[in-house]
Amino acid sequence: MDAPIIRINDLSKSFGKLTVLNGLSFDVMKGEKLALIGPSGSGKTTILRILMTLENISGGRIEVCGEPLFHMHRNGQDVPADEAHLHKMRRHIGMVFQHFNLFPHKTVLQNITLAPTLTKGEKRIDAEKRARELLDMVGLADKADYMPVQLSGGQKQRVAIARALALSPEIMLFDEVTSALDPELVEEVLQVMQRLAVETDMTMLLVTHEMGFAREFADRVLFFDQGRIVEAGPPEQIFQAPQEERTRTFLRKIIASRHGM
Amino acid sequence: MEWDWEFTYSILPLLLQGLKITVLATILGAIVAASLGLVFALMRRSPNRLLSRTTGFFVEFIRGTPLLVQLYFIFYILPDIGLRLSPLTAGVVGMGLHYATYFSEVYRGGIEAVPRGQWEAAKATNLTIRQTWVNIILPQAIPPMIPAMANYLLAMFKETPLLSAITVMEMMSQARSIANSNYRYIEPMTLVGVFFLIVSIISVFGLRWLERRYGRQGR
Amino acid sequence: MGDWAGYLTLILAGTWVTIKLTVMGCAVALVVAFIAGLGRVSRHATLRWLSTGYIEFFRGTSIFVQLFWIYYVLPLIGVSMTPMQAGVMALGLNVGAYGAEVVRGAILAVPRDQYEACIATNLTRYQRMRHVILPQALPLMLPTFGNNAIELLKATSVVSLISLADMTFQAQVVRSQTGNTIVPFVTILILYFILSSLISFGMRYLERRASRGAEGVR
Ligand SMILES: Nc1ncnc2c1ncn2[C@@H]1O[C@H](COP(=O)(O)OP(=O)(O)OP(=O)(O)O)[C@@H](O)[C@H]1O
Ligand SMILES: [Mg+2]
Repeated sequence: MDAPIIRINDLSKSFGKLTVLNGLSFDVMKGEKLALIGPSGSGKTTILRILMTLENISGGRIEVCGEPLFHMHRNGQDVPADEAHLHKMRRHIGMVFQHFNLFPHKTVLQNITLAPTLTKGEKRIDAEKRARELLDMVGLADKADYMPVQLSGGQKQRVAIARALALSPEIMLFDEVTSALDPELVEEVLQVMQRLAVETDMTMLLVTHEMGFAREFADRVLFFDQGRIVEAGPPEQIFQAPQEERTRTFLRKIIASRHGM
Repeated sequence: MEWDWEFTYSILPLLLQGLKITVLATILGAIVAASLGLVFALMRRSPNRLLSRTTGFFVEFIRGTPLLVQLYFIFYILPDIGLRLSPLTAGVVGMGLHYATYFSEVYRGGIEAVPRGQWEAAKATNLTIRQTWVNIILPQAIPPMIPAMANYLLAMFKETPLLSAITVMEMMSQARSIANSNYRYIEPMTLVGVFFLIVSIISVFGLRWLERRYGRQGR
Repeated sequence: MGDWAGYLTLILAGTWVTIKLTVMGCAVALVVAFIAGLGRVSRHATLRWLSTGYIEFFRGTSIFVQLFWIYYVLPLIGVSMTPMQAGVMALGLNVGAYGAEVVRGAILAVPRDQYEACIATNLTRYQRMRHVILPQALPLMLPTFGNNAIELLKATSVVSLISLADMTFQAQVVRSQTGNTIVPFVTILILYFILSSLISFGMRYLERRASRGAEGVR
C-alpha cells in the first residue's frame, strides 16, 4: 500500500436539479479494501457508477492509475475524454452489480469468456481455461454449461464475480452485491469476496449494508451522508467508537432493524 | 343466383396468376418495410434532436393516414416529377413505406426491452459500442421481435388488394375484372376470400409456433 | 384554375362522410368486440367456437374483400344495402374482430387472485364480470382500442372504391376535374392526420381518467 490508485478531487454530480455529490474528495490506496456505508440515497452507488464510467461527472477530477479518467491531454490541455480513452481506462476497473446483469443468452462459460476474447484478443482456449479456473474458485466448476436462468441468485452473483475477474482488473467495485439475494445465499457470495480480499492485492471498493462483513473485510470505512464523507477510519473506530453523532445514529438504526427481523 | 362450378374452374388460373403478384408484392414490400423501418428506428434514436423529432413526426404522419391515399399519391405524383414507376413498383414502395412505420416501432420496442443492466454490464466488461450491439443487444432484441414482424407480414398480405386501385394486377384486380366482364360476382369474390382465409389460417398456426419459439420468456 | 372554394366544399362534404363512417363503424365494432370477446372466454363451448369462427374469419380475410363481398354478393342472396350501410357493416365487423381479441386479452390479464377473491366473497358469475373483472380490464383495453379506432378511420378510405363519396373519393373527383393531384391529396392527407390525432388525444384523455379511477380504488 504505497501510492493512491484512485484520486477523487472536488467531484460533483447532479441529476438535473438534484445535486447528489458536491465537492467530494478522497484517495484510495493500491490494494486497499474500502467499504462505503451510509443511508439510502447518500450517493454510494453513484460513486461506483462514476468510477465505472456508467455516469458522467458534473465537475471535478478523478485519476485512476495515475491517469485522468474523464479527461485526456490534447496539445498540453485537458479536454473531456472520448470513447477511446474511456475504453482504455475501463481496463483497470471491473464491477459487480446488485442485480448481477449476466447476459441471459450466453452460457455461464460464455458469460466469462466473451469480454476477454473480444476486448483483449485472448484465444478462446486460453480464455476458457482461465474461466474454468475462476469458476472453480467461486465453487461453480460444474455449472459451466448452464444458462443463467438455471442458477440461483447466489450462483448468478458468483458467476458475475468470475466474469469481472476474468478481465484481471486492478480495481473491483462491488455495489450491494448481496442485497438482492435470499438470506441463506448471502454467505456463499461473501465467502468468495473474503477470499479475494485475503488472497489478492486487488483494490476493492465495496458498498454494503452488511455491517458485520464490512468490518471483517475492510481496511478502511467511509461513512457517507448526503453526498459527503461524514467520518472515515479503520473499521474498529467506525463501528466501536464513532466520533460523529450522525454515524452513531445510523449504526443504531441499522442494528435495531437487524435485530427487529 | 346459383354457384357455378364450371365458371369457378375456368377462372382459377387467372386468380392464381393474380395470387403470384400478390405474394410477390407482399415479399418485396416486406423487405422495403423491414429495411426502411430499421433506418427510421435508428434515426429516431439519434442524439440529434431535429433529426429524431422530424423522423418521429414523419412516422406518425404516415401511420395516421390511409395507405390507399398514399398509394394514389405515389402513383400519380411521381410521374409528374418525372419518375416513371410501374404500378407494381409504386405499390411496393407505398406498402413498404407505410409498414416501415410499423416495423420501426417493433425495432424500437425490441431494443428498449433489453434491460439497461445489459448495456451497463457490457460497458463494465469493456466491450466497444459495436461489440455491445452485435454480441449483447441485438441477439437479445431480435428474437422477441420475430412474432410481431411475422404479424405485420401477414397484415401486408391482407392489404395487397388495395394495390388494385392503382392497377396492379394482383388477385383482387383479377377478380374484379373477371366479375365486371362476366357480370358474375359471387364466384370470384368468394374465391379471393377463400384464398385469403386459407393463407391466414395456415399463418395463424405458423405465428403461434413463432410465438412459442421466440416470444419473450419471463426472465 | 377552377373554383377552389367549391372544391374545398366538396372535400369537406367527403370529410363529413368519413367522420360518420368512422363513428358508426366504431360503434358497431365496440359492440361486436365485447360480444365476441366475452364469447371467447365463455364457459359454453358453442359460444367459444362461434366467437372464434367469427374472429378468425374477419381477421383472416382482408377488409377490402369483405366490403366487396357485402356490397356485391350479399344482394345476390337477397340482402341489399346502401354503400353507407355496407361500409359501416364491413368496417364494424372487421375491426370488431380485432377488438374482440383485445377484450379477451385484457380479461385474461386480470390476475387470478381476483377471480379467487370473487369466489371467496361468493359473487355470481355476472357480478364477478360486471363489478370486478371488467372494471380492471377496461383500462388495459383502452390503448389498443385507440389504435383500432385509427385503423378503422384509415380503412374508411376503401369505401371510395364502392363509390361512396368519402374524402378519398372526393379527392379523386377534384383530381379528375382540375388535373391537379398534389393539392387535393395533400389536403386530405392532412385532414386524415388531424382526425387520427384527435382520436389519439381523446383516447389518451380517457386513459388518464381510467387510470385515475384505478388509483382511487387502491
Ligand atoms: N439516473 C438517475 N437520475 C436521477 N436521480 C438519480 C439517478 N441515479 C441516482 N439518483 C439519485 O441520486 C441519489 C443518490 O443515489 P444513489 O443510488 O447513489 O444512493 P445510494 O447511496 O446508493 O442509496 P442506496 O443505499 O439506496 O442504494 C438518490 O437521491 C437518487 O434518487
Ligand atoms: Mg445504491
